[in-house]
Amino acid sequence: MEILVCIKQVPDTAEVKIDPVTNTLIRQGVPSIVNPFDKNALEAALQLKDKHGGKVTVISMGPPQAKEALKECLAMGADQAILVSDRAFGGADTLATSYTLAAAIRKVGSYDLIFCGKQAIDGDTAQVGPEIAEHLGIAQITYVAKIEVNGDTVSVEREYEEGYGIIEGKLPLLISVVKSINEPRYPTIKATMKANRVEIPVWTMADLDVDEQKLGLKGSPTQVRRIFTPPQRTEGVVIQKATAWESVSVLIQKLSDAKII
Amino acid sequence: MAIKVNQEECIACGACLSVCPFGAIVMQDEKAYITEACTACGACVDTCPVEAILREKEDKVVAMDKHQYKDVWVYLEVGEGKLRNVGLELLGEGRKLADGMGQSLASVLIGHNVERLAQDAFAAGSDKVYLVDAAELAQYNTDSYTATLFDLISNYKPSVILMGATNDGRDFGARVACRVGTGLTADCTGLGIDEATGFVSWTRPAFGGNIMATIICPEHRPQMGTVRPSVFKKPALDYTKKGELIRVVSKIKQEDMRTKLIDMIHVCTVSCNLEEAEIIVSGGRGMCKPENFSLVEELANVLGASVGASRAAVDAGWKPALHQVGQTGKTVGPKIYFACGISGAIQHLAGMSSSDIVIAINKDPDAPIFKMADYGIVGDVLEVLPILTEEFKKIKSA
Repeated sequence: MEILVCIKQVPDTAEVKIDPVTNTLIRQGVPSIVNPFDKNALEAALQLKDKHGGKVTVISMGPPQAKEALKECLAMGADQAILVSDRAFGGADTLATSYTLAAAIRKVGSYDLIFCGKQAIDGDTAQVGPEIAEHLGIAQITYVAKIEVNGDTVSVEREYEEGYGIIEGKLPLLISVVKSINEPRYPTIKATMKANRVEIPVWTMADLDVDEQKLGLKGSPTQVRRIFTPPQRTEGVVIQKATAWESVSVLIQKLSDAKII
Repeated sequence: MAIKVNQEECIACGACLSVCPFGAIVMQDEKAYITEACTACGACVDTCPVEAILREKEDKVVAMDKHQYKDVWVYLEVGEGKLRNVGLELLGEGRKLADGMGQSLASVLIGHNVERLAQDAFAAGSDKVYLVDAAELAQYNTDSYTATLFDLISNYKPSVILMGATNDGRDFGARVACRVGTGLTADCTGLGIDEATGFVSWTRPAFGGNIMATIICPEHRPQMGTVRPSVFKKPALDYTKKGELIRVVSKIKQEDMRTKLIDMIHVCTVSCNLEEAEIIVSGGRGMCKPENFSLVEELANVLGASVGASRAAVDAGWKPALHQVGQTGKTVGPKIYFACGISGAIQHLAGMSSSDIVIAINKDPDAPIFKMADYGIVGDVLEVLPILTEEFKKIKSA
């Protein structure tokens, strides 16, 4: 089975802090990581490969330093990694990003399944996966929590607001996964060292069959107009009495004074 | 509209480096350079003390004749034979946008035997309802719903489309936007009209809720966005209001659908319908043991609330993932949110920051949740919860 996994290198948003004086993001010292949901996507791909055989290829679009993220994926067990990188891709929104990645996927050639994480933790859009499927003209199933492949039939559990739906589809298919699908494996030290020596191919605009007008900023219908830090909530009432009883009665009184109850 | 640094003017003060939310500026040989991570947000332009950073105007390829596109549309999602709340919430917001733009507000209703729901749309302020009703559309399906909405857009050309940022809304919203070739802003928490241009301004959290971004879609139509449920209030429903019902014939055939819903497993009762809950009681690591989660559930029971859980509680196996509130779980916006033994990591806050009132119970007075809480009790949650439950019981029976 030929499996592609799309991954993104993201800043670890848990480590991002706001400078209280300038009210801007402090990025210094914030580590870059493989988007956590993408690791679940890779793990799902590796498990299918373990069971059915085949090949797992990871693809990322990003700056040259995204090679580090791809190396981590190789260390986890991916067979091949490709970086799609060019100044012309910079500033892309989800439409331009998915257009570029779809072009790279076409260049890879044959595939049975494409895996994505449900969303990236820096942008949180959850749009690039479905848009890749649309560009490629293949079917998709998003928010997948369990997957089984039988011949060319794929059966999944998809998360809904109220529960799970059992959905069936045929290969080829794009699947985006949620965190609960699996626990991503840790790379061994040996595999990490081996991955570090791999020369990762970089595909630029010249390598892809693309229309330059649809790339990067130029190809992005949406534009960021303004970035700001969210207004802080006004400091609330903190109750700390000698006993839990007293604290609760103060709270109830305050809630009733504010006509909340 | 790319951002450029005029290297001759740059004095290497570094002011732009610290304001760039994307880390897209580097200093080399005492000059600032913009890298490909730039999204042209312009934060640096205003900061540069010597005006060395400029926004370059590029000749945009005119993608479409924007003037053909008018009206604000709201996609109404149907769940369990009823309209999901988020659709009604968006009709309230859509009304404001439509009035501001001097255009009509229309609803899109797709399904089977759903005509009766059109009256709810009119009651919530919709001037028109586009109804596509067919047996093939009885269940949500990515392919059939994408094709149906795409057809409606091609024929009726709306200027704006609002959809709920639900699992289905995010599933086919992106496909529709891609098929049309327009922009889609995900998971918005604020909507407005940009005064200078008249475009819809879509505001959304990014970087795990650390920053907010306002996004516009200047040259492409329709301007599309998914909007987070429970952020906006449902408008008052007035069933004396009438509107125009436009029946559109479905072109969908069974073989157009490449995936098939075989079965639905409802693991949810009221207790985990977090998106539509008015009150949520959530528990975290501070509950210490799975058995103690019953204290959270008892309070929820008394209040008729849904039960949420922090990532720590879900990872520990105390609650299934469907209950998880936060960036990796659900985003909620109830009237009252109880955070019990939840420290308040940024990822959790990202999922519940649009709650009206936050009540936190935690033994650590320095826990970040208290910065977010309107009311906080510093104390042992295992001691406080049973008393709180008792008190609410008394109030209810009074």
